[in-house]
Amino acid sequence: MSAPTRTPETTDQRTTPDDALSRRGFLKGSGLLLVGFSAAAVVGPLGFRSATAVQAQAGALYPDPDFRQLDAWIAIHEDSTATFYVGKTDCGQGTGTAFRQMMCDELDIAYDQTSLVMGSTDVTVDQGGSGGSDAIQVDGWPMRRVAAEARRVLLELASERFGVPVAQLSIREGVISVTADPSRTATFGDLVGGRRFNITLTGDTINATAGVAAVKAVQDLNIVGQSLPRYDIPAKVDGSLRWAVDVTLPGMVHARNVKPPFAGATLVSIDESSVRDLPGFVRVVSRGNYVAVVCEREEQAMTAARRLAVDWRKPATAPFPSSNDLHRYMRSATPTSTRPPEVLGNPDAALAGAARIVEAEYDIPFQGHTAISPAHATADPSDGQMTIYSNDMKSYGMRNGVAEFLQMPREQVRVVWMEGPQGYGRTAADDAGFEAAFLAKELGRPVRVQWMRDEETAWDTKGPAYAISMRGGLDDQGQLVALEYNARAADYYHLGYNEPDTVLIAQLFGIRRTPASSGRASLPSSMYAIEHQRMTGDVVSMPLAHETPLRTGNLRDPDGPQVTFASESFIDELAAAANADPVEFRLRLLTASTEDDSGLKRARSIAVVRAAAEAFGWDSRPSPKTAGTGNILTGRGVAYTYRSQTVVAQIAEVEVNRTTGHVWVKRLVCAHDCGLVINPEGLRRTVEGAMMHSLSRALHEEVAFDTEKVTSVDWVTHPTLTHRDTPAQIDVIIVNGDPNPERPDLPHYGAGETACKPLMAAVANAVFDATGVRIRRVPLRDAAVLQALQAARA
Amino acid sequence: MSNVTLRVNGSTHTVDIEPSTPLLYILRNDLGLQGPRFGCGLGQCGACTVIVDGAAVRSCITPTSAVTGEITTLEGLARDGNLDPVQQAWIDEQVPQCGFCQNGQIMTAKVLLSRNPNPTDAEIRQGMANTLCRCMTYYRIQAAIKRAATSITASSTARTGGVA
Repeated sequence: MSAPTRTPETTDQRTTPDDALSRRGFLKGSGLLLVGFSAAAVVGPLGFRSATAVQAQAGALYPDPDFRQLDAWIAIHEDSTATFYVGKTDCGQGTGTAFRQMMCDELDIAYDQTSLVMGSTDVTVDQGGSGGSDAIQVDGWPMRRVAAEARRVLLELASERFGVPVAQLSIREGVISVTADPSRTATFGDLVGGRRFNITLTGDTINATAGVAAVKAVQDLNIVGQSLPRYDIPAKVDGSLRWAVDVTLPGMVHARNVKPPFAGATLVSIDESSVRDLPGFVRVVSRGNYVAVVCEREEQAMTAARRLAVDWRKPATAPFPSSNDLHRYMRSATPTSTRPPEVLGNPDAALAGAARIVEAEYDIPFQGHTAISPAHATADPSDGQMTIYSNDMKSYGMRNGVAEFLQMPREQVRVVWMEGPQGYGRTAADDAGFEAAFLAKELGRPVRVQWMRDEETAWDTKGPAYAISMRGGLDDQGQLVALEYNARAADYYHLGYNEPDTVLIAQLFGIRRTPASSGRASLPSSMYAIEHQRMTGDVVSMPLAHETPLRTGNLRDPDGPQVTFASESFIDELAAAANADPVEFRLRLLTASTEDDSGLKRARSIAVVRAAAEAFGWDSRPSPKTAGTGNILTGRGVAYTYRSQTVVAQIAEVEVNRTTGHVWVKRLVCAHDCGLVINPEGLRRTVEGAMMHSLSRALHEEVAFDTEKVTSVDWVTHPTLTHRDTPAQIDVIIVNGDPNPERPDLPHYGAGETACKPLMAAVANAVFDATGVRIRRVPLRDAAVLQALQAARA
Repeated sequence: MSNVTLRVNGSTHTVDIEPSTPLLYILRNDLGLQGPRFGCGLGQCGACTVIVDGAAVRSCITPTSAVTGEITTLEGLARDGNLDPVQQAWIDEQVPQCGFCQNGQIMTAKVLLSRNPNPTDAEIRQGMANTLCRCMTYYRIQAAIKRAATSITASSTARTGGVA
């Protein structure tokens, strides 16, 4: 396999201004790639060139690539390699490799003759960046259609060249030949290499973008379905990748924030003399309650931020209850909003007539993103433009948000997306990018902002805490006849995507969005047929709504793990009350109706629950199992749910140490159905990662706070999953529950987040199976489990 | 500020710095070696790990002036254009998700295997326990360490002409 010779292969090469400039020039219609330009450019020490030179020579700023132009998506080079340009970002799941596979298949080009550029606002169309695990499900379609259209155009060009109808041509791996005379061939490079397609596409929105050509039938896809290795991994392993955190620009200075030591504190005064004489000191910048120190060198900025003397005034009232009192507070607070109840049948009458009532309350604390790298970004303000080098998963939103925040025309602002620590929602509200841009504009120099560990752990966006109450009625046969669910979510001021009035720096400036950017109290997702139901949800607010370290944002399937922890724990409680096997109890609820949706979600739900049980080797019996006599108790637990059209069932096998309370999840099984699979091994690793993330939330993670501040500030005060917790075995079973998996139009659904949802419930259900003790609050840290075991014995 | 001399990846560098500055910032910002990364600045996560005279060292809490030995960073693991067997195992197992922490995982595993070429599962869990990954790719990391151990053992057997 030969590597493409001229297409860029690594992120830093793709995102250097040289490449972007020539790309923008190409898209503007020069018809020529601006080769040779970089020789005249001013190149920085690590290959990054100041945007000054770019803009001066480009004579133009950053127009939006037009998604209705085929050239905005695909460039064919003279050597017949191709570059794809898509408006997505990769949060670490290898979606870039999957996009290439889909587009290669439609274009009929070898995978290794292509490269992919993602997420930089001036050279890729705006597909919104990443989020919602819908990149393959939604954005994959326009990618497939434009690649199919490029293939059609290439065949037309070959038809003209050979004077032979398209139907008499063959196309394979970037070469078109006359079927009857294979000596007559033309490569893609011969036909259009280095030139424009000049094809206008249709579509009111980017998701509807289409050409004339149809996409291939599933049976004709060859690259899709292969477990190709991810193209981004070698450079991540040999140290050659340049990440957003690595950007260095000529004249760049380093900034560190100085955060209020108490939530809701007001800045009284800053004594700049405390740092003015430090080596490398450049400036203290403050506005409202936002404070930053800027120095020439990074370690100087760290020292200056520690030493800066700032006088803060505490708020008159406590900003929040302590984390120990959180759920008591949430259950008694007056809701800020209540969702319309979703009612089926007559739940009151059904509960009144039930043979047995089961009730339970579940508590899920705030859990943070706590990314392995704190937030960071570098901004270059040269010549009145603003370039932000960022790992923002929603780079397009950041461009718009920063332009509005700084009151700059958006054509003068661009975001160059580069790899960073896991997205999972944190960078959808990308504080560091806004801060770097603000500081760069203030100083007129490139500024790199890097948050510190305590700052990130305390002040990153949080997944909302939930307090959930459930009630169910069983008839005398042990059938579930009625179900009530109420969720209270501490999600009053949920951050949006890089909004100029909700990012933290805006709040610290004193900017307030009215009405509040309100969150939601979510409902469970299942295909259980339950005749009588009432589902309700209330949002509650902490006393302090703004400038708070407990600001909520999207954390990897934003509410799913919380909601499903309650709903699938409760289904297990009902099964136990009915003395039924937990898998059979669920299957009974799934098969109680034959009504299905257009995605066959019921049939696929039944298939994944069965597949998980089969792969695990599930023996039918009620929980809990008869307790063993040794120190280590073992058990198994199941949970099931869906998100959009992706369906999962998971089984956890646990060992519980009854002396220490320690829980080890020894084995995990996930049966997973996301329709057409693009890259099976890539999917497996994504599902494993999603499960492990939720395992960390199940066993370790909780944001701790007193009534003044968040006290989770590092990996000791906010523990995470470690190598020691790793299951001995993880099995991901890729199910295709579609009754006709061979259908030519089998859709590809999203994969990333669904597997996060059921895991916490599967673990708690397994602990119940092992011990007979039901734990209704995560995380299941040793002390909490031990306390529950001791309470049950007493 | 004063001159400090460092030996890194086979080269010698003299830099004029504040000598108490943690090694991490000198490697990244003065020497352009960005394999080691800032994750916590507290020595808790391992993202900044480098190898000094065969030992895994957390460069974010190590004063530059305290380092007198030969430093190896992620960029210096490859030999004669060939990836280290640990790096190759990481590719073969397709370990990373985002990949940000993997410098620490790879460098810590490299030292673990140099001291214990055939670690048990328990020894791997113990030896890697304080090297954190927030994509939680531990299952694949542990598989890659076992794969690397097999590959190192096989090549050393081949080199010495021994029979297994």
